[in-house]
Amino acid sequence: MERVIVEDKAAFLKKKEHPWLSVGAFILILLLWEMVSQLGWIPPLFLPAPSAILLEGWTMVKTGLILKHLFASLSRILLGFSIACIVGIAVGVLIGFFHIPEAIGNPFIAATFPIPKIAILPLLILWLGIGEPPKVAVIALGVFFPMVINVYTGVKNVDPLLIKAALSLGSNRRRIVRKVILPSILPMIFAGMKLGIGIALLLVVASELVAADAGIGFMILTAADLMQTKKLMVGLVVLSLLGIFFNWLFQKLEHLFIPWKQP
Amino acid sequence: MKVLIDHLSKTYIDRKGESTEALQDIHFAIEENEFVAVVGPSGCGKTTLLNIIAGLLSTSSGQVIFEGVRRDSRPPAGIVFQEYALFPWRTVLKNIVYGLEERGLKRDEQLEIAQHYIGMVGLQGFEGKYPHQLSGGMKQRVAIARALVNDPSLLLMDEPFSALDAQTRILMQYELSRIWEETKKSILYITHHIAEAVFLGDRVVILSRRPGRVLDIVPIDLPRPRAEHLTTEKKYLEYVDLIWGHIKDQAKEVLEERP
Repeated sequence: MERVIVEDKAAFLKKKEHPWLSVGAFILILLLWEMVSQLGWIPPLFLPAPSAILLEGWTMVKTGLILKHLFASLSRILLGFSIACIVGIAVGVLIGFFHIPEAIGNPFIAATFPIPKIAILPLLILWLGIGEPPKVAVIALGVFFPMVINVYTGVKNVDPLLIKAALSLGSNRRRIVRKVILPSILPMIFAGMKLGIGIALLLVVASELVAADAGIGFMILTAADLMQTKKLMVGLVVLSLLGIFFNWLFQKLEHLFIPWKQP
Repeated sequence: MKVLIDHLSKTYIDRKGESTEALQDIHFAIEENEFVAVVGPSGCGKTTLLNIIAGLLSTSSGQVIFEGVRRDSRPPAGIVFQEYALFPWRTVLKNIVYGLEERGLKRDEQLEIAQHYIGMVGLQGFEGKYPHQLSGGMKQRVAIARALVNDPSLLLMDEPFSALDAQTRILMQYELSRIWEETKKSILYITHHIAEAVFLGDRVVILSRRPGRVLDIVPIDLPRPRAEHLTTEKKYLEYVDLIWGHIKDQAKEVLEERP
């Protein structure tokens, strides 16, 4: 007979966090990049040093150039995104909860959803001219689909028991939409918004590459045309920060609006 | 007030056109202030019966008639579900006032009525909690209060305590017995737990396995208020035994036919 001492075989499943490793590796890569550029191993025309990008960015902030482009892009995003959210939620609830709109709406969504929205931009320009409208429209279209599909799925997955409970407490169908369906799908709405904002960033840049006179995308394109790599890189950094900011914002909003969700 | 379940049958037809008979000629009445418990083996259509009485499912033949109910906007039947079905985005208080909101009552009226039932089910101090912060027993108290605020003519309870642990379940049975004494509601109580049915019910309706038929209706002649000491009394145990005798063979068949 042997003695066996029991060991925890599942120890590796425990989640270990390495905050210093994350920060350290990030800084190390930046330093390497800085070194590579400073030593002239890669010409600054192709890859400017992080310090140079930072400096360029700071000057652009001071001259108000970034603010101008940021404002142009942000206003397009906000407008397109808001329209898409409102219409997407309305349509999603409609086709999710009522079967006649579902029967009519579903084929249209199935047919238009697969089209890359950027491919519709030329048509939108043809219809709406070269100003702001097609840019806002392409963002709205791009955000609309993840929104409508998320909301539709959310409505389909509302716990039928909650609807029965509401019915037994005297709710009619309209009130069920407002008091049961909408709060039930809030998490799905937020998931749709998070997906949508990524798409909005993509589409705002793409739309600004065509017939624009301001915006982060426009700034990047003109910088590239003039071989101003530093300025181009600043544009990319701004986009990265914008993405991080929106993620953070939606996280906060989600906590604010869905206090009943378990952490 | 009296609820008549009048020769009710229900047949489900699935997409392939195959039909399953869930209930067959169910006929009994729930009298005013009466606590009727329904027991039966699993798959006897207990929940189907409850949904039909609640007005959440159509019948294939027969009907459910509420006689002598108030004519107002209040739904005649309140429901307590096994899975609680609380609105997770509403606090305890907001869950309880839901039915009052739907009736268009003023805020202070809502609070006054809610306070009464919060006291009755013992939820004082929990008004601001969300359902996910509560234990199963507390959730079911909220669900009971929520169903009672509208003062329904009939309270339907669908295996309300079967998601609870055994100890909590017993305590909740005592609680419900007390609440019934206080409100004297007509209650239709669905359960698969025979002792629970005997402990709570004025009559126990025994359903057969699918298709569910009424095998027997046993009047429970035990003194009220029902309390803990009852469960050791000879008469109580005889009732449990009698009903188990009816169900045993049915339950066995169900057990054996399951793959």
